[in-house]
Amino acid sequence: MLAQSLFISAVLFVIGVVGVLTRRNAILIFMCVELMLNAVNLSFVALSRAYGMAGQVFVVFVMTVAAAEAAVGLAIIIAIFRHRESVNLSNINLLKG
Amino acid sequence: MLLQEAATAAAHPLAGTVARWIWLVPVLPLLGFLLNGALTLLGAAKIGPADPGVHDDHASHGNAHDPAASHDDHAVVRHRFAGLVSLIGPGVLALSFVLALAIWWALRGAHVEAPYIASYFTWLLAGDLRVDFALQVDALSMVMVLVITGVGTLIHIFSVGYMQDDPGYPRYFAYLNLFVAFMLVLVLGASFPVLFIGWEGVGLCSYLLIGFWFNDKANADAGKKAFVVNRIGDFGFLIAMFLLFAHFGTLDFEGVRAAAGSLPFGGAVITAICLFLFLGCAGKSAQIPLYVWLPDAMAGPTPVSALIHAATMVTAGVYLIARSAFLFSMAPVAQLTVASIGALTALFAATIGLKQWDIKKVLAYSTVSQLGYMFVGVGVGAYTAGVFHLVTHAFFKALLFLGSGSVIFAMHRAYHATHNHEDAQDMRNMGGLRRMLPWTWALMWIATLAIAGIPFFSGFFSKDEILSSVFARAHGSTLAEASLLGIPGGTLLLVIYAVGLAAALLTAIYMTRMMLYTFHGPNRTGEAERAHLREAPWSMTAPLVVLGVAGAIGGWLNLPAILSFLGPTEILHHWLEPVVGAAALQVTLGESAHLEHSTELVLISIAVGIAVLGIVFAVARLKTTALVPAREAAPSTGIERVVEEKYFVDEIYDRTVVQPVLQGSRKVLWRFFDAGIIDGLFVNGSAWLARAVGWIGSQLQSGNAGTYAWALVIGVIAVLGAFSLR
Repeated sequence: MLAQSLFISAVLFVIGVVGVLTRRNAILIFMCVELMLNAVNLSFVALSRAYGMAGQVFVVFVMTVAAAEAAVGLAIIIAIFRHRESVNLSNINLLKG
Repeated sequence: MLLQEAATAAAHPLAGTVARWIWLVPVLPLLGFLLNGALTLLGAAKIGPADPGVHDDHASHGNAHDPAASHDDHAVVRHRFAGLVSLIGPGVLALSFVLALAIWWALRGAHVEAPYIASYFTWLLAGDLRVDFALQVDALSMVMVLVITGVGTLIHIFSVGYMQDDPGYPRYFAYLNLFVAFMLVLVLGASFPVLFIGWEGVGLCSYLLIGFWFNDKANADAGKKAFVVNRIGDFGFLIAMFLLFAHFGTLDFEGVRAAAGSLPFGGAVITAICLFLFLGCAGKSAQIPLYVWLPDAMAGPTPVSALIHAATMVTAGVYLIARSAFLFSMAPVAQLTVASIGALTALFAATIGLKQWDIKKVLAYSTVSQLGYMFVGVGVGAYTAGVFHLVTHAFFKALLFLGSGSVIFAMHRAYHATHNHEDAQDMRNMGGLRRMLPWTWALMWIATLAIAGIPFFSGFFSKDEILSSVFARAHGSTLAEASLLGIPGGTLLLVIYAVGLAAALLTAIYMTRMMLYTFHGPNRTGEAERAHLREAPWSMTAPLVVLGVAGAIGGWLNLPAILSFLGPTEILHHWLEPVVGAAALQVTLGESAHLEHSTELVLISIAVGIAVLGIVFAVARLKTTALVPAREAAPSTGIERVVEEKYFVDEIYDRTVVQPVLQGSRKVLWRFFDAGIIDGLFVNGSAWLARAVGWIGSQLQSGNAGTYAWALVIGVIAVLGAFSLR
């Protein structure tokens, strides 16, 4: 049971990674990041069966952080969209130092 | 080790006597240097000859003066500390001389074999190397100290008159005092490194004094040349010291002497040590191939030439070989090399002396030639003969130089009075000075007869002893059994003897030529100048008289046994026996090297005959009436020009050594290595590299989140991969 859970978790994580790397739409990348977080949450839950409750506690923390991140991230995306009329990340290089 | 040394020092008969003041002998001149140096700084806001217009040297060439410069505004102003300096400069040296005499007297009374070593502090201590700053009192060092302080005092006194009007008067005495201090360290040092302090110190003072009138570029260049050529020799000296330390583990003379026997006789190591030492001597004592600096060194004031470049410093090489006699006696090949080079130098320099017109240049080549004789002496293991010639040469050559200084002084004053810019040193401008300078004339003839080897003058005895020693060692000595470049030692020594005789003939000729052209025949100075030619003041003539007496009777220091009716014989020989006796006996296979009396008489007759022949030839052939003043003289041609131009040796050195080094330095070391490799590759290259790395880094900072994500993922995979593969 553990092995299958971890396998699914890994598959979900990889899908998330590939999505982040290949997509250009900020919303899609954002969703893929969420997918990766939830893949990790799945593995935490699965492992908590074997190693104790700490994993499940951690999942609550991750979900909290993910919710906060979603709020901030979406706000940034909306701000960018208002400014540029686009959420295509290949056109945005504001991170340059 | 310290205790042991202290015990031996305490046990020495000289301990507790006046010899414990030996440190004062070099320190007194050093004190004089400091005082005179302080007065130099006090006396002038600007150090050195201030204004070339005001500056007026007595000995520089006439053409060195700007012909357009007017001498009307020239007022000679004595230095304001001149009186004090005149007291300190010669005074400290006179004190040193008196002290040296006292120590010599104590040493004479003590009758000791071992040297008295006064150790003051440990100078170098590194691993196995330990060098104490120690002074050594023994027979050889005391002979040198007496010559240096004695002749040095006379030359200092002469300088007071000679340099009186020079604006650099205190600076001159500061340098001269410093020179004597270093020279005394050189001869008193108890180990090779301490000797080397003095060796380098006198080189420095020589450089400073040759370039004393440094406003004239030629003088400064001459100083530089002396310094650079001496560095070549010093390289040899240093290598020799490294070899000595590598093989003996000590650099004290006594330590090396005790350990030297462990090396095989005539082996490669001992020969190499001796040859490298001789390279150092060739530099300092102006032997082929490093003699070229000495004639140029005449650019300095004439008393400097007398003290440094005739009487003392240039004989340091002879002293070094006599001091290392125990090494040289074990290396016959090196000895033959020394003697051959000495003989070659003696002949070669004598031929150049034949055609020089500058009175000081004649004496300079004569000095090179006489130094060659000394090297023949110490080279064949006749160390006493070499040192004997060193002493007598110090007397008569100092006399000759001071005499020439007196002549130049008079000539310069005469030209100065009439505002003439002729060369005051060119013999073609002299002639007939006998009537104006009778004292100088008489005293210089004494020195000339001495250097030519006329019987009963000092040079006769010393030169004859060298030549007869060479002849005696052609049979039954370690030298005769060795060979150099395939030539058997016995044959080579006979050749050296013949070359020595030839050089003696030339010596007699060129010295007589100098005397004839300077003092005899008609005067060529000029109508107006003639009235101003007169003898220098007594303060300058008196040292000449003292040296004249020494030059005349100096031979009594070491009369040959065959002339026992003249007085006690071989005084110097017995005196030096504790230092060089064993080494000299080793060369002559343990037997005293005396020749049959009849043979010796024949040799003496030949030498005297040759000297007389040379003088007679010169008097008969040279027509003083045919000479014209320098400015009217036609340039010489053919072989005469080659000799007058010193065989173009300077030019050959320039082409074969100086220019290749210069061009090599300029093109390879500067343009290629310094500008190309160091500046281009290392300095600018590292800057370029930093810039390139920065550019690559900046390209990674695209600001595109996708790129960063890729970098992140690759990084994570790399880290995870590294962990899993560990």
